[in-house]
Amino acid sequence: MNDQLISVQEVSSAAEDLQARDTAEPIPEHIVEIVSDSGEGAQKCGQTFGIVSARMGNGVWTVEIIPAEIQPPARTPDGASGIRIRVGEALMTNMGNEANLVVAFNEQVLRSRLASSAYKAGTVVLLDNMWASDPSEDIRTQYSEALEEFAEFGLEVYELPIQTECLKVVPDPRKGKNMFVLGMLSHIYSRDTEQALNEIANIFSRKSEKVISTNQDLFRAGYVFAQKNVPYHYEISPSELADKSMVVMSGNQAVGLGVMASGMEMVSMYPITPATSASHYLADDFHLTGGFVHQAEDEIAAIGFAIGASYAGKTACTITSGPGIALKTEMISLASMAEIPLVIVNVQRGGPSTGLPTKVEQGDLLTTMFGAPGDSPKVIIAAATISECFHFVTLARRLAESFRIPVIVLTDANLATGVQPFERPEVTTDWFAAPVDQSDWDENVPAYDWDEETGLSARAIPGMRNGGYVLTGLAHNRHGKIAYDTTSNQEGSDMRSLKMATLAGTLNRPEIHGDADGDLLIVGWGSTLGTLEEAVDVARENGHKVSSIHLRFLSPMEPGLKDIFSRFKKVMTIEINYSDAANAPRISEENRRYAQLALLLRAHTLVDVDCWSVVSGHPLQPGNISRVIMDRVGEIGGDK
Amino acid sequence: MFGLKSDWSLSANDRYFTLDDYARSLPRWCTGCGDLGILAAIHRVCRENQILPENMVSVSGIGCSSRLPHYMNGYGFHGLHGRALPVACGVKSRRPDLDIWVATGDGDCFSIGAAHWVHALRYNMDITVLVFDNGIYGLTKKQTSPTTPEEYLTNTHPTGALLPPLNPLTISLGVSNISFVAQMVDWNPPLLYETIKAAHDHKGTSFVRIIQRCPVYMEALNLEMMDDPANLLLLRHEDGIPVPEGVDRLFENQLEHDPSNLPAALGIAADKSKMPVGLLYRNDEALCYDELSSVGLDMTYEEKLAGVNAALDKFSV
Repeated sequence: MNDQLISVQEVSSAAEDLQARDTAEPIPEHIVEIVSDSGEGAQKCGQTFGIVSARMGNGVWTVEIIPAEIQPPARTPDGASGIRIRVGEALMTNMGNEANLVVAFNEQVLRSRLASSAYKAGTVVLLDNMWASDPSEDIRTQYSEALEEFAEFGLEVYELPIQTECLKVVPDPRKGKNMFVLGMLSHIYSRDTEQALNEIANIFSRKSEKVISTNQDLFRAGYVFAQKNVPYHYEISPSELADKSMVVMSGNQAVGLGVMASGMEMVSMYPITPATSASHYLADDFHLTGGFVHQAEDEIAAIGFAIGASYAGKTACTITSGPGIALKTEMISLASMAEIPLVIVNVQRGGPSTGLPTKVEQGDLLTTMFGAPGDSPKVIIAAATISECFHFVTLARRLAESFRIPVIVLTDANLATGVQPFERPEVTTDWFAAPVDQSDWDENVPAYDWDEETGLSARAIPGMRNGGYVLTGLAHNRHGKIAYDTTSNQEGSDMRSLKMATLAGTLNRPEIHGDADGDLLIVGWGSTLGTLEEAVDVARENGHKVSSIHLRFLSPMEPGLKDIFSRFKKVMTIEINYSDAANAPRISEENRRYAQLALLLRAHTLVDVDCWSVVSGHPLQPGNISRVIMDRVGEIGGDK
Repeated sequence: MFGLKSDWSLSANDRYFTLDDYARSLPRWCTGCGDLGILAAIHRVCRENQILPENMVSVSGIGCSSRLPHYMNGYGFHGLHGRALPVACGVKSRRPDLDIWVATGDGDCFSIGAAHWVHALRYNMDITVLVFDNGIYGLTKKQTSPTTPEEYLTNTHPTGALLPPLNPLTISLGVSNISFVAQMVDWNPPLLYETIKAAHDHKGTSFVRIIQRCPVYMEALNLEMMDDPANLLLLRHEDGIPVPEGVDRLFENQLEHDPSNLPAALGIAADKSKMPVGLLYRNDEALCYDELSSVGLDMTYEEKLAGVNAALDKFSV
């Protein structure tokens, strides 16, 4: 092997020379994909590419491509694993449409992405050609057949000896090819090589020096290889954000940091995809703020444990996903009934039942709102960006304590694994929860001293002298005493509902993206913000009178909706959850089942709100949504 | 203020608490219910230890047993069926200063809450867990519980309970990190008091199964045991439950049992011929999870702020 090794000095000096004399074509943005078999490190490669790009001041949005199984068979379309990185001059708010450039470790995984409409004619594919000379005739045939398929579709395929080149550096490129590819991409997109080499050192910081230097060698080899063999070289200028102090992270990491910045000290969880990585992050860093991650024996115990800590004055957080929410329902209802502050993060995945664990859906809005016995009001807020994943958790803690209520923060698989830069929050100690009140309680004040105007009441915390009371999920009066009489349950329900109205009175009307009146208003919520606004912008550029609003508060609902809706000929929601298409067989106005926000808005405003929604498991793409918008504008005969 | 304790020693606290200071409303259990005796014993232990009422948290699930917080002063948490233990552990997790009592029953603990039972024992947080085991669902009127004797007639099994009852002692003793397992009967007030006191004094999760009379739905079973003390086996040891003078004369079967001997405890627990009363097992060295979960409680706001910024630095671009 040794005689084949490229000397480090040779490579790095070549890289420096080449960077200087190559001229790069400026582009506003590109969508890049890296696809491989599971376990080949494509995601690590793409995340590093994204982080380096963010550090250089570019806008970035990443989406992981996750195989359906943990150990899928190699070289199968189902096993496609990888990542998409949308990188550009401006802030990137969604995954975009078809990819511009793809690096593929084999041709079969590429077929799966082709079937998912991830590519267009002209998409550049850099494909490892090792399969063309595979000893198995079957594989050679598959390879050549796939290439024909790609040519027919119009992909611009470059067959490159990636494996062969990696073999010059390492004996088994299955570990390390990803860093070679990172080097290739770093040349193609003129990335800062020093940043990339540092990031590689970070990735392998728990491994030996030898591992770090080998991976850096692979990076350098890839860089030089691309310079010599790939006829593309681009430059993407930094965005206006480059001057600001930024942080870049995934939505789940943002949730974890939000927990820390809010002053919460306890996250109680049970492993569930795609929520768990938030707790993985906290398990690494929570000690920095004196916090603890409790991995409970099940979802119910996880929320019960959090409720116990909250009841004792340490508002806690539980992080889960749809099936976990289903299990926690009874406890959430208890927190609502007994007025225990609590933060619940629901990283939504595809349903129903176990559904699509790794895929995106906005399917839990109604179950979080209504999935409980009786009337169990709670606050529901939905993060639309990764920045909001952070800020909404801190908001949730404050709301939970001020209103003595469970607060559910909805995010989803798209936000959870997506990586995006945002402005670094200026945290101060005011963000933290106040110390546990242990002053004496006035013994004349009952446990639920509801204010008749707001429904709010102070809370006695264990340790407060004279404050003792029995918290119960049974119907109770102001004194916390079990009360089955004819008035107590009504009064308690009234007071808990009144809190929601009190909170609603503090909210602002949603901002309108576009004009305040027109033909079509799109209403969205959650992670689709960037996609919907990009699609609306395309429609507006084409002369259509389309606007959009994006709701963050779903319970209570933001004010002014009926008034805003009245200024448009048609209102529709676009969501990632199930609805019947209006023109589907057997579907009529009477039996059509609406998307979840649409159903709520119809009840809330009495406006005939239409909807379009899908449950494909994929994030929405602006190109598709533009077409949906154009279709609807056409149906209502909108002006152009 | 000062007060005289039951062992004639003087207490010189600022505040002295009497039995009334630990009571809340009048219990609404049935006449003759064994729960009343358990409650009285708990109140006595509280007085003996002069626990600050405001530092006491009684946590329960659902069932007759779980009405206990309503009859205890201080703070109570009457939560969901089967879920007392996760809540109690959560309270303790970040408030190690609080004194936690858990009241649960055979249905609440051994059936709907069985997963939490096993895991709470393993967490071994410093809480006192009293299972009021009457072998029947009482509040919902006579359904089969996990400890209902086989062939006993219930409303869900009118021709007799179908399965052999579950053995809470062998299960508890089989849990790793278990630190305190005792069994007692409600109709022996001096021993019940000593048992609950030992449980409360123990650092870690003290699990006490209390065989409790239900005169309404399970009269036959308990009468038989009460009438014939030969069914019981008193466990004695200098490290065990102190046996008040004279009380031992009630037991014709007695066994010297070292509570540090786990295999012997398992043998006693598995022997169906006699109902052991006393301390089966104690391990003062077992790991307490609350010592792990309460990490960082002394951190200042400035340290926390520095921590948040250090965390953000890692994501800085």
